[in-house]
Amino acid sequence: MIKSLKTMIFVGLASLLLVACGQGGGGAGSKKSKTLDNTKKAGFVKCGVSQGLPGFSNADASGNWTGLDVDVCRAVAAAVLGDADKVKYTPLSAKERFTALTSGEIDILARNTTWTLSRDADIGLTFVGVNFYDGQGFMVRKNSGINSVNDFKNGISACTNTGTTTELNMRDFFNSKNISYEPIAFEKADEVVQAYDAGRCDTYTTDKSGLAAQRTKMSAPDDHKVLPETISKEPLGPVVRQGDSVWEDIVRWSLNTMIEAEEYGINSSNASSLKDSENPQIKRLVGSEGELGAAFGLDNEWSLRIIEQVGNYGESYKKHIADTGILPNRGPNELWTKGGILYVPPAR
Amino acid sequence: MNLKKFKIDFKNKKRLIPQVLTIAFIFLVFAYFSYNAQINMGNRGISFGYGFLSQEASFDITFSMIDYDGSYSYGRAFLVGLLNTLLVSVIGIIICTILGVTIGIGRLSQNYLIAKAAEWYVEIFRNIPLLLQIFFWYYGALRLLPMPENAISFGEISFLTIKGWYVPKFLWTNFSIFFYSLIASLISIFYVFKYAKKQREKVGKHVPAGLISLSILIILPALTFLIGGVTLNFEYPELNQLSDTIYNFKGGISIIPELISLALALSMYTATFVAENVRAGIEGVGKGQKEAAASIGLTRGQILKLVVMPQALRIIIPPTTNQYLNLTKNSSLAAAIAYPDIVLVFAGTALMQTGRAIEIISITMGTYLFLSLTISVLMNSYNKKMAIKEK
Repeated sequence: MIKSLKTMIFVGLASLLLVACGQGGGGAGSKKSKTLDNTKKAGFVKCGVSQGLPGFSNADASGNWTGLDVDVCRAVAAAVLGDADKVKYTPLSAKERFTALTSGEIDILARNTTWTLSRDADIGLTFVGVNFYDGQGFMVRKNSGINSVNDFKNGISACTNTGTTTELNMRDFFNSKNISYEPIAFEKADEVVQAYDAGRCDTYTTDKSGLAAQRTKMSAPDDHKVLPETISKEPLGPVVRQGDSVWEDIVRWSLNTMIEAEEYGINSSNASSLKDSENPQIKRLVGSEGELGAAFGLDNEWSLRIIEQVGNYGESYKKHIADTGILPNRGPNELWTKGGILYVPPAR
Repeated sequence: MNLKKFKIDFKNKKRLIPQVLTIAFIFLVFAYFSYNAQINMGNRGISFGYGFLSQEASFDITFSMIDYDGSYSYGRAFLVGLLNTLLVSVIGIIICTILGVTIGIGRLSQNYLIAKAAEWYVEIFRNIPLLLQIFFWYYGALRLLPMPENAISFGEISFLTIKGWYVPKFLWTNFSIFFYSLIASLISIFYVFKYAKKQREKVGKHVPAGLISLSILIILPALTFLIGGVTLNFEYPELNQLSDTIYNFKGGISIIPELISLALALSMYTATFVAENVRAGIEGVGKGQKEAAASIGLTRGQILKLVVMPQALRIIIPPTTNQYLNLTKNSSLAAAIAYPDIVLVFAGTALMQTGRAIEIISITMGTYLFLSLTISVLMNSYNKKMAIKEK
């Protein structure tokens, strides 16, 4: 009996030791980025995108992803791996997206995600910036006679996505107007569109860019219109896991580079010729002055690659959002120098 | 349960060691996973705790059986989801039992048409995946219903539309008196049956207990209307215009299409398995039993009721319990069509809004486990009652 007890204690202690050893390696390293190392080792950037939102992240018939959000991941891949195409996309529902990020299935979430306090502070995420300023709106049928949100009456049924800020804003809005409403929340955007299209609900509410994009999927897009009012602020931007500040900086400055490049008139076609520019800020952005990349363990041409391979923000917007007819007018997503609110800290 | 069976043999060390090691190993695996989760959550700045349950949920739910809106807590939202899961499960179990028994007996019918129709039903509905059936009812059948302004009307008191099925609402006064009268009549019916049994066994006299009970069940509650001051009115749904082309129905009770399609799909799918259980049970009773019963002059109805069914039930109940459990668990497919069950409301929306994946998933799993075990216990006790009593 005593002998067996000894064996048991020994086995138990040995197992505990194993458990402890397994954890030893996972400690924090301040300057080194585990995510960056893993990305270089894997040879691709793990990017979480939507399940199909035209203009932002949408796959064509042959599985190529394009869009404004997709370009953030492409920019990071260009900066880190030297090739914007080295991205592995994981389509995620609104419900899955944060778990996929915190569990390490993806390293960047570029999925029209609204930046809010509780998401930023509470669930192990960090928002790195805003790549699209949006606001929630409503879509109705043109013949409904509803021309403004003030025409909504008690008993209206509204379709939206579960697990989004939209669901919360909708309640705040109808409560403030003292209107009783029937909320119907689906998991996938396609299901919401289908339900609204079939007449299950009277109005469809989500971010205005989303409404404009989803309208293109409906059976008769011209029968629907987006109401003029905007009921919320929806700053959409890329998200990373909390705890890897170097990776966070890489993603943040990849986005900032795209926006700042537009500000200084650098685009995919003229970038390399601007290496001898007079303007030191342009020279910094195309990598012919300063040692900016060294700050996060990259070479000096990282920003040049972003601009050359992905383009500046304006090019990206024009290609995916304006030319596709989703939102031809840039509105708040215009540079601060041109009356918009796109204003990023200087890269220097 | 006979605990003696599991008595540990402390005298035989050699047998004890592997058992203890197995338990220690299982314990260590669990400890490792929880330790690992704890460390990683700590590294990523995720806190752990159930405090969020009392926070304001701030999202609304389409359909709730208790008072709820976004100003209630996440705990309350959980309760709403749980009740909705229970509602669709109970409706599903009731319909699938009725349907299953009918079809199961139908398969054994002498009538060729009935037997073949029942067989086709079983073969079709049990061989199509449940999720597809849910989609069929929701996206196929119910999406083809008309808009409210062209609703299908049932005698102008009930309306079927793409937005749901509107039925009249009961408006009671002094409902409690009516309710007590129902309970009183049920209690007296219980004693009538007891008395009838006693009479039959002691004196051999046949008391028409069924007839007496039925009249008690009708007369007693009816009396409360006449002298108890109970009244019943109906609130009928009425067409209501919200804008130029948007209509809905006001008043009455609205049964949302998500509930209808889920309940239909669940019960029609599970009914096929129940039907097969019923058929197996009835066919499992020896032919000699029926012949013996017929030879002592029992009628066909009596044979079924007194000889075949009591024995068939012993075969039917255990596998049917499994089907009830399956139905309850399958109701979690609700999330696919926006029926606000516990998975959609709690493991969906609440999880997203709070980000507390581990806590919420563990609560949800625990809830399903509790529901399933409860159904098991109920069915097992019924099974015990029906089982052969060994003396």
